[in-house]
Amino acid sequence: MPENPVESKPDDAMGAIAAPPRRSEWRRFVRVFFGRKLYLIGFIIVAIIVFTAIFAPLLTSYNPEKNDLPARLQTPNAEHWLGTDQMGRDILCRIIYGTRVSLIIGFSAVFASTIAGTIMGLAAAHYGGWVFAVIMRVADVLMALPAIILMMLIAGMLKGGGIWIVVFALGFGGIAPMCRMMCGQALSVKQNDYVMAARAVGMSNWRIMWTQIFPNAYPPLIVGLTMGIGGVVLGEAGLSFLGIGVQAPTPSWGGMVMDGQRFLLTNPLLSLMPGLAIMLLVFGFNMVGDGVRDAIDPRLRGVI
Amino acid sequence: MDESQNDMIVQVKNLKMYFPITRGLLRRKVADIKAVDDISFEIKRNETMGLVGESGCGKTTTGRCVLRLYEPTSGSIIFTGHDISKMPERKIQRYRKDMGAIWQDPFGSLNPRQSAGGIVGDPLKVHHMADKSELKDKVAELFRIVGLDPDMMDRVPHEFSGGQRQRIGVARALACSPSLIICDEPISALDVSIQAQIINLLEELQEKLGLTYLFIAHDLAVVQHISDRVGVMYLGRIMEIADSWELYENPLHPYTKALLSAIPIPDPVAEKTRTRIVLKGEVPSPVAPPPGCHFHPRCQMAIPECSQARPPLRDVGNGHYVACIRV
Repeated sequence: MPENPVESKPDDAMGAIAAPPRRSEWRRFVRVFFGRKLYLIGFIIVAIIVFTAIFAPLLTSYNPEKNDLPARLQTPNAEHWLGTDQMGRDILCRIIYGTRVSLIIGFSAVFASTIAGTIMGLAAAHYGGWVFAVIMRVADVLMALPAIILMMLIAGMLKGGGIWIVVFALGFGGIAPMCRMMCGQALSVKQNDYVMAARAVGMSNWRIMWTQIFPNAYPPLIVGLTMGIGGVVLGEAGLSFLGIGVQAPTPSWGGMVMDGQRFLLTNPLLSLMPGLAIMLLVFGFNMVGDGVRDAIDPRLRGVI
Repeated sequence: MDESQNDMIVQVKNLKMYFPITRGLLRRKVADIKAVDDISFEIKRNETMGLVGESGCGKTTTGRCVLRLYEPTSGSIIFTGHDISKMPERKIQRYRKDMGAIWQDPFGSLNPRQSAGGIVGDPLKVHHMADKSELKDKVAELFRIVGLDPDMMDRVPHEFSGGQRQRIGVARALACSPSLIICDEPISALDVSIQAQIINLLEELQEKLGLTYLFIAHDLAVVQHISDRVGVMYLGRIMEIADSWELYENPLHPYTKALLSAIPIPDPVAEKTRTRIVLKGEVPSPVAPPPGCHFHPRCQMAIPECSQARPPLRDVGNGHYVACIRV
């Protein structure tokens, strides 16, 4: 070494203590995230689901939307591994293609509602006064309506059952809970001295909101976000059942569960398999959410 | 502006800060918390003004009013010749860089999700005092000034000890080379050994950089050590204000005497003969303070006249002011 590192340090009489060498932030993230089996399993599930959605055409040779009435309602066999539905379509194929629909709806709706809800909640908490009153009363009204009625109202008003209308309906329903959660978090973060210190420094409201309050308020958002993806997939199933969700013949897991329930006693796999797919997706995203939360929390540094 | 005003960093005149207590749906005002009730003082350039008093006496509120984190109910705060007490936030911006603040809690006053370097660099960014290329060097320089290793810039506050965190706080306060620093109990959350380090650091910086401090604390010994002038607050009012040595040698107000008698003496023999004045009762509520002198219900020298009118802060010579009709 060309020079003694201690010499470059400031005068030690002032009590400056050299801190121990630090691990890189990214390596710590990887270590925490992949160091726990549950998070790892969750990550693998999510990875498989995403992989399936992207490479759907390579994984199956059937067409998910083409009817084959002579082959309807088959039990699992060599040609149709999970059997066929009432239209003779291969269940496995429809589940594989359904991954795309579910992920698109889940991600888009949850991200849209999270972004809108976060901005509204942060603004309400930070500005207070009438901004708070207006935003939170609107959220109260939205929360007072049962979610399914709200979604039906929107989906019904906009007619047709395109994916994006479902996304809008489900996303809109998710704004109020996100907004409330963010507002509650932000109100408690706001009490901290560092927010007042930032004001004393002369930071603008906007800057305080995004650099001081938001980074300390968002961890529960990740949990809400991952749970939300599962919830939205379920919500889409509800809408599909009512005929205002994703329209047949586009395959969606929720729609498949609902289609299969008529044959629950004769061929339970019809409902069970897409249901299992939904369950795996929700579980996977929850585990990933928990893992990310633990891995990015600086207060847990050194603990795990 | 005449010469004497030029020398004043801050003049606080008749400052009042009342926090309304509201009730019900319509937020009807039912009462006021009189946190600061008509106080005046001034701080000269390069001077350290100490504010002492027990919890809830309004010293922190006073500091925050000077920083204009609160908008005072009435009165004026003249900072380097400009009255900032009623200024809109937008205009105060440019005075903010001339004021720094060191906070009481080194754990709560630093954003746990920002790196130490980011925290110290924020004031520079906000006031456009450094462009991207210089920022890192300036922050490193600030770290060196307060005795921290610049290599630790990327760490988050959680990774520092209490004393090191308070140094980060000091570095942030110094970032824009302010003329006034408000130290709101900067050492009361620290260990005794660390307290001394921070006090020494503050004194050293004052000498080097020509700083002016408003030093708020409840530890009389520390205030005596660091301050040139000391104001004693009780229930929102200043009871006595004098040069530091004058106040400790010759306290006039009965409240100041009681406070000083509570300082332990680190000599067992002297400690045994120390006469303590133990105040009876509790501090009254600032919502309904007693009439006349706020201190009279607990005062040993009180006479009926004490509850009649508020005693004015009167000059007893030597720059010594006291608000008591009995001395």
